[in-house]
Amino acid sequence: MNDIVVKGHDLTKVYTMGEMQVHALRGLSLEIRKGEVVAIMGPSGSGKSTLMNILGCLDRPTSGEYYLDGVSVATMNDDQLAKIRNQKVGFVFQTFNLLPRATALSNVILPLRYAEDRKNHRQRAEQALAEVDLGDRMNHRPNELSGGQQQRVAVARALVNNPAIIMADEPTGNLDTKTGDAMMELLLSLNKEKGTTLIIITHDPEIGQRAERIIYIRDGVVESRVAA
Amino acid sequence: MNILQAFWEALESLAANKMRSALTILGIVIGVASVIAMLAIGAGAENTITGEIQGVGSNLLFVLSGGGKDVRNPQHLTTGDTEAINDPFQAPSVKNAAPALQGGGEVSYAGESTNTSIYGVTPPYAEVRSINLSEGEFITEAHVLGRASVALLGTGVAEDIFGRKSGLIGETVRIEGQNFRVIGVLEEKGGSAFSDEDDQIIIPITTAQTRLIRRSTQDRVDVIFVQAVSAEAIPQASEEISQILRTRHRCKIGEDDFTIITQQDMIGVASSITGVLTIFLGGIAAISLLVGGIGIMNIMLVSVVERTREIGLRKAVGARKQDILVQFLAESLLLSVVGGMVGIGFGWVISTVVGKIAVANDVALNPAIDLNSILLATLFSVAVGLFFGIYPANRAASLQPVEALRYE
Repeated sequence: MNDIVVKGHDLTKVYTMGEMQVHALRGLSLEIRKGEVVAIMGPSGSGKSTLMNILGCLDRPTSGEYYLDGVSVATMNDDQLAKIRNQKVGFVFQTFNLLPRATALSNVILPLRYAEDRKNHRQRAEQALAEVDLGDRMNHRPNELSGGQQQRVAVARALVNNPAIIMADEPTGNLDTKTGDAMMELLLSLNKEKGTTLIIITHDPEIGQRAERIIYIRDGVVESRVAA
Repeated sequence: MNILQAFWEALESLAANKMRSALTILGIVIGVASVIAMLAIGAGAENTITGEIQGVGSNLLFVLSGGGKDVRNPQHLTTGDTEAINDPFQAPSVKNAAPALQGGGEVSYAGESTNTSIYGVTPPYAEVRSINLSEGEFITEAHVLGRASVALLGTGVAEDIFGRKSGLIGETVRIEGQNFRVIGVLEEKGGSAFSDEDDQIIIPITTAQTRLIRRSTQDRVDVIFVQAVSAEAIPQASEEISQILRTRHRCKIGEDDFTIITQQDMIGVASSITGVLTIFLGGIAAISLLVGGIGIMNIMLVSVVERTREIGLRKAVGARKQDILVQFLAESLLLSVVGGMVGIGFGWVISTVVGKIAVANDVALNPAIDLNSILLATLFSVAVGLFFGIYPANRAASLQPVEALRYE
């Protein structure tokens, strides 16, 4: 199939800490198809956070090639990466990372403020909030919302730009089991309805089981691929 | 993100920390207010002094004996010099010349006495020095020719020895033990930077020369007040007077034994003194503005650290370096500009209060805030906001999203 949305080839990442060099990724290659739900799992220190940063265009690989939605991003500068993140990536963090002083609506509008397309911000944000079932909480601030609701605002924020991929970093890590389940349901249903590629970084096997595919990372390389 | 949005967000985030923002602004307010007040008071002082110099008379030149350097056989100014200067053919730019002899002495009436300045003058003195009388008449040619024992009293002197300021014509006062008839009272002028013009007695110059103010030669005068025909003619008049006196005193070239000072010279000197004073005071005030600016930088740096995660998030959702830069610069600019505006108002209040206090203390000081100092203060506070905001903003903008998101 030709609809590969994420294609990493021979990715390496070396961090220099003083005299010591840490090899976080050692020639990792992976492909993710459009519309797939992929879980990236691995023990601490396996390089999965580094991989997430590179896949999410927050960081550049030391070497190797990375194509996101057909665009080579491995050698882009900071501003170009910012533009790619804005257009093609939606983030859902473990700690929600909402702006505490802003309303749910303003939080969802935030990515649009940095976008080139300046039209219909409010309308699009309202629609994204409606998709995560928070149409009635738009003017609430994060401290007036429950944890699950806050994470749903974060999901709406990730959706609002119609990104090619959604990167979810331990999206249920700060939620109790029941809300966590509901959050997974929401993410999976959005994937089904909108066909948005979903990449979940987690160390929770139960979450992993719900993905279509699990990519295990160990010592900076892909260990094995397991179809769910 | 456009600039307007950036300022709106900046306003929101500053409003979230009201106390902190207010205290930061206060630093700028104090700085700008003191700069404004100091400049206004300096300008007021200059206006006052300039006004007083002009109040001495209009289009005046002062001719004094004594040159700038050591001159052999210096000659004093005389009544003869005055007459020569008054000659319209020799000095067409001169309207009037009035010689004066200055001394001091005791004046008494019925047991009350006071020490005061005594001026021996001729009739043109009244016009040249802009002297007005509240009653009586000025010294006439007849008084001068006859060395008459007549005197005009300043109101201060009149108060001291008579206890009143009017109805004194015809009274006889004793000046240094000699009887003088009072022919008039000078109009009250109030205090001045140079001398108390109410504390003086004016008598005919010939009377002073022969009887009260003894000099080595009898026709000697201390100073000649010269009035030019117009303000434009003052340099020309100065040149004409110099020629006359050089000829009469047989001065060698470059060895004048007299000095001519124009009102412009005095205003120039006074202006440069008040100018230096204003710069000095303004400079001290500017230091407090600097301190206020450092306060802004301090708070912005703290704010950058506090909001590291927010910056990381903004970058993750697509904010470029310049977006973050603009966001933080907008905050520091907002702080400094609001501080500048409040400071201008506050400075205006301070200078008005100082003016009122000065008036209450009989000092004619009218602080003047001109548009320039307002523009200067506004520009300066914007510059402070930009200058001290750029470092924290740059620090925020340079944060790497990965590290900023991880920051706890």
